[in-house]
Amino acid sequence: MIKARITVTLKNGVLDPQGKAIEHALSGLGFDGVGAVRQGKVFDVELAESDRAKAEADLKAMCDKLLANTVIENYSVTLT
Amino acid sequence: MKTAVVLLPGLNRDRDMIAALTKISGQAPATVWQTDTEIPDVDLIAIPGGFSFGDYLRCGAIAARMPVMRAVAEKAAKGVMVIGVCNGFQILVEAGLLPGALMRNTSLKFVCRQVKLEIANANTMFTRRYQPGQIIRSPVAHHDGNYFADAETLARLEGEGQVVFRYAEGTNPNGSINDIAGIINEQGNVLGLMPHPENLIEAAHGGSDGRALFEGALGIAA
Repeated sequence: MIKARITVTLKNGVLDPQGKAIEHALSGLGFDGVGAVRQGKVFDVELAESDRAKAEADLKAMCDKLLANTVIENYSVTLT
Repeated sequence: MKTAVVLLPGLNRDRDMIAALTKISGQAPATVWQTDTEIPDVDLIAIPGGFSFGDYLRCGAIAARMPVMRAVAEKAAKGVMVIGVCNGFQILVEAGLLPGALMRNTSLKFVCRQVKLEIANANTMFTRRYQPGQIIRSPVAHHDGNYFADAETLARLEGEGQVVFRYAEGTNPNGSINDIAGIINEQGNVLGLMPHPENLIEAAHGGSDGRALFEGALGIAA
């Protein structure tokens, strides 16, 4: 079995009002010097697969087809 | 004129859409379920508003991958009119039938109010009963209506008249780029909009500004 972590983040230039709100909240808690905060998503996926190259290709296909909206989001896949 | 309404778990404006289409077309729409792979021969397919699949992952993302949406895409490719309202709009962009994406409102708040819309293109099957530049009223109710498209897509939409509805008179409720409230595809048969014209079709609604959209699409006399 292969375990993987997929990280989905907003592309540069796409406004992130939620990240902005978190940024303000952190400042409000007294954490000085907080720069930009961008919010994203993490998916931990288990695959019944032993071929790592095949697993990586499948995971990228999953991102393109469902897990990320590539109009606004980037993704990265890490096998663990 | 025959119509069909797409049903998905979590939608909640489906009965409003069915009521509006029944009243305006004179016959009840066919209903198709998420797992249906065939849609009957109709002139207009409507995807109503709501929270399909609980808005999990992204609004409309799961619904857009259901079998019924492949059937909608096939019908759209054949020129059948498709209208997606609110969650229906989100589903259409997630399905790739319309460009861009709908993101969280910049206010981070769910907005439920009446807005003003400018008819930015009155030369579509859906807006031909309105005047160019006409301002109409429409209710909105959504959390993720902030339309976004990259600069190239946006320029194309604006240049080709694919922006059909724009929030007017400072009523943009969600931060949508260029005040975009609704867009149409290149072929002119697939329309998506965040506002709910089906909720303003008769005096009991407090107005009928949305009625002409359906009358125009269905070719029914006012």
